[in-house]
Amino acid sequence: MNAWLQAILWVLMIIVVMLVNGSLIIYMLRKVLGAAHLRIGPQELGPAGIFQLIPDIIKLLTKEDRHPTHSDKWLYILAPIIIFLPILVAFGFLPFGYHMVAADVNIGLLMMLAFIALVPLGVFAAGWASHNKYSLIGAVRSIGAAITYEIPLLLSVIPVVIMAGSLNLSEIVLAQADSIWFIIPALPSAIIFLICAQMETNQAPFDMTEAEGELVAGFSTEYSAMRFGFIFLAEFAGNFVLAGLAVTLFLGGWTLPGIDPAAMGIFAPIVFVIKTYAVIFLFMMLRGNFSRFRVDKLAQMGWKRMIPFTLVWIIVFAIGFRGFQLVQPSVGPFLNSLLGGG
Amino acid sequence: MFEQVVIAVFIIVGAAFACAGLGLSWLLSPTKPTEGKGLTYECGVKPIGRPWVRFRPGYFVFAILYTIFDIKIIFLFPWAVATGYLITGWFIIIEMIIFATILLAGLAYAWKEGALSWH
Repeated sequence: MNAWLQAILWVLMIIVVMLVNGSLIIYMLRKVLGAAHLRIGPQELGPAGIFQLIPDIIKLLTKEDRHPTHSDKWLYILAPIIIFLPILVAFGFLPFGYHMVAADVNIGLLMMLAFIALVPLGVFAAGWASHNKYSLIGAVRSIGAAITYEIPLLLSVIPVVIMAGSLNLSEIVLAQADSIWFIIPALPSAIIFLICAQMETNQAPFDMTEAEGELVAGFSTEYSAMRFGFIFLAEFAGNFVLAGLAVTLFLGGWTLPGIDPAAMGIFAPIVFVIKTYAVIFLFMMLRGNFSRFRVDKLAQMGWKRMIPFTLVWIIVFAIGFRGFQLVQPSVGPFLNSLLGGG
Repeated sequence: MFEQVVIAVFIIVGAAFACAGLGLSWLLSPTKPTEGKGLTYECGVKPIGRPWVRFRPGYFVFAILYTIFDIKIIFLFPWAVATGYLITGWFIIIEMIIFATILLAGLAYAWKEGALSWH
């Protein structure tokens, strides 16, 4: 019974995090992307336009919820929920602090990537069910992007797993607290991960599924009111999840160098959120500074560049890691886990 | 056991939250459907023909390759967990090099046969 109560508290907390994160990212998008495009962004309501979000929410809630006459009705209704749920579950595996994680699974990293990989199915369902040509093209492209980034994404986390000796995200964080942030030995992996995360969250330069200039709004063309709201709540939450995963894998998670992880206490989530928003800011700068890829060029880049590169990099990394270990036997999965502590 | 409970609760409460949000919007918003509102967006004109036609996505071969590679990549995860421990020695690294070479050779063959070009 206690387990159920704890789980419900966790999910309610994460829904709140999602809502706050959604409003923060909308504001950041308008301001940061605006600055990147030499625009001002919202400025009428409140100081620097910070209250712009309130009328937006009222509009989303009270707008007429039309749906296309010939759409596949049930799939059309279900699609936003299919997009929303995997991202919500993926949140449950993110470690926010010392023992502050909803589901501390041994294969947390794999589970998280598996749930994130379900999102393109929801996107495809949305585009297909809308009965609109633009939506259909966007939907088909989303699968095309998914088959491009999934493999480099999976390959890019392998050096991290080698160094941590575990797929448990909490242990990966603690391994970094014991040694160094994994971005330093595995920088190429971090770069590939960043590119794949950008594709995963459908952001420019890889936003072919939406592609406002060519496809109106891609898979979400026929969605309005609260359904649209949920699609974008999930999209912004996806930003947070991917950035949070990048922080967990490469930037030391909720720890800081030189500070005992167990002593972080309440500061752990704060450090984690600050690092995550720094990565989200980087996503936005990429989004503002690069033009959109052509859809076939994306597949070419994924299959002819990123996959061979990551495979060769894993070999090089494994050899280098073992060689370094022979010189310095203390390197590697931190001793705690060997002694059964973890 | 606790983890499975958490995932189940996440899915149930998440679905309930989504339904509550959509329900609230349904309660607050007006519903006056007209014929025009039911049309899909197509730059302001009536849509011609159905969108659910036979559609050639252009990445069919990529999708097949993806399925093969995705399954192979999963084998790398247990390998990666074991590799971190020094006790596994050089043997595991050589095994991995053979495995990755097979993967790369497969990819090179697909590339040579023209499977990696967008049709």
